[in-house]
Amino acid sequence: MIRFTAIRLIEIAAILVLMSFVIYALIGLMPGDPIDLMRQADPRMSTADMARLKAVYGLNQPLFARYLAWIRQALGGDLGYSRLFAAPVWSALLPRLGNSLLLMGLSFVLALMLALGLGTAAARRPNSRLDTAINLVCFAGVSMPTFWLALVLILVFAAGLGWLPASGIATAGARDFGDRLAHLVLPVATLTLASIGGYTRYVRAAMREALDQDHIRTARAKGASEARVILHHAMRSALIPVTTILALSFGGLVSGALVTETMFAYPGMGKLIFDAVMGNDYNLALAALLLATVTTMLANLAADLAYGWLDPRVSYR
Amino acid sequence: MRLPFLLLAAIAVMSFAGPPLGAALGVDLNAVDLLDRLAGPSRLHPLGTDELGRDVLMRLLAGGRISLTIAIAAALAAAAIGTLVGLVAGYLGGWTDRAMMRLTDAIIALPLLPLLIVLAALDLNKLGVPAALARSDDISLLRILALAVLAGWTTAARLVRGATLVTRNRDFVRAAKSLGAGVPHILWTHILPNVLVPLIVATALSVGDVILLESVLSFLGLGIQPPLASWGTMLSNAQELITSAPLLAIYPGAMIFLTVLACNLLGDALQQRFDRRAAVRA
Repeated sequence: MIRFTAIRLIEIAAILVLMSFVIYALIGLMPGDPIDLMRQADPRMSTADMARLKAVYGLNQPLFARYLAWIRQALGGDLGYSRLFAAPVWSALLPRLGNSLLLMGLSFVLALMLALGLGTAAARRPNSRLDTAINLVCFAGVSMPTFWLALVLILVFAAGLGWLPASGIATAGARDFGDRLAHLVLPVATLTLASIGGYTRYVRAAMREALDQDHIRTARAKGASEARVILHHAMRSALIPVTTILALSFGGLVSGALVTETMFAYPGMGKLIFDAVMGNDYNLALAALLLATVTTMLANLAADLAYGWLDPRVSYR
Repeated sequence: MRLPFLLLAAIAVMSFAGPPLGAALGVDLNAVDLLDRLAGPSRLHPLGTDELGRDVLMRLLAGGRISLTIAIAAALAAAAIGTLVGLVAGYLGGWTDRAMMRLTDAIIALPLLPLLIVLAALDLNKLGVPAALARSDDISLLRILALAVLAGWTTAARLVRGATLVTRNRDFVRAAKSLGAGVPHILWTHILPNVLVPLIVATALSVGDVILLESVLSFLGLGIQPPLASWGTMLSNAQELITSAPLLAIYPGAMIFLTVLACNLLGDALQQRFDRRAAVRA
């Protein structure tokens, strides 16, 4: 177990190094460069000034040398300065990471609970009317563009009924808990509805397989109650394949969060990445993309470890 | 199976036949009429007009033509690339297989949309794309196509690799090998036909995924660029008028939803019918 975790951590570090170089190179390929932006802000700047500035910031160096310089700084804890936020990258990044984890965590737990309920209900009576209805709802959820769902929810609950705020994370000046919560409802609902269809289908398939097994028939024959059969005997083996698929879905959750946050002007990592890329904020975009990648890979690792914990037959040696 | 197929066929026929038909009837999808902005339904404009007085129905159909063309082309290209990778990895095995599968695993687990946004924002001049091509109207089409293929080839690769691993030690493959058949011949005539059905199912399902990807990138302003219309760009324009003209946002979203739903239902029906082993796509 410890050895498995260590190997996975080394693997994650290797992928991160690779990704950081790829992203660093890609960001260099985006339109404009920092010195051009400075010149736009100050028309009196001469060509000689620009050349000198490029030399000062090392922009005349080859790509790999610049990357090495960046990584040396980054490892020392200095991710540079964000142009958009006029603040060090760390101080722009951390509060937004917290906001995103809150949004994604709430949606993930909510979607998983609902999927476990719906998927189990559908699997217990295959091809019944309930199963067909749940299946249709799942397909609708999978096929719905997230941003359109967000638009419709804003249209109905914010613009139409006026029940909930349409954007942001808190009303200016308000500091109470209820206000924060009201701002979370629509984004969390969007992200939950966006992921619930896929999750439910996985749960249903895993549950059907689990309910077909011999030990379930044994449990029923022994006279175990239906609740005990489902929750104690079937759920445990159904959760194992579900965990694997959930691990692969974290990347999708981050993508969904990007759209949701952008739609609701929710200050999280997804919106931050979008704004940083659009606003030519290189330092911020680089750090934010890497942070999103690390978070996803750590979540994957956590799911892998949960897999071993759920299934005693699996041993990581 | 019949209903989603008919729905999809109807959307495709209308999207491809609609714009030329409209042009013949004298309705131009790019004609601006500022005196007739945001008009309700009329005989000339059955779904009304948008914020520049353009015919909504015509733009909806033209948008469908672009969205569907990209989706089908990208799904086929991704399937072809994925098949090649899967065949090579599965047949050669060893470290080639391990390296390729680690790569697909890593891509599947990555947060794709944030990375695609960076790729969509790249400066094509810095990449060395000829200026004439980089400035043409079609470049946004090609860019989306490339991104969709980049994001989508892993599904086919995993599928084909798995099937190849199973098939390559079957007796008929060994027989062919002992008769002196070359690797390309074995892959093409003995292994590929055995993975064709799940591959077709996966491709049908991925058409829907590409439509969603195209629409979200276009919606964020990184996909199809004006004057071309796609469902995503129409939604992006409509977002600013969401309270005054909500229907402008409802129509293209509903079209995306229906088309993707039809693709998914069709893929699922095909799977139920021909490929019961893989009832759920991982």
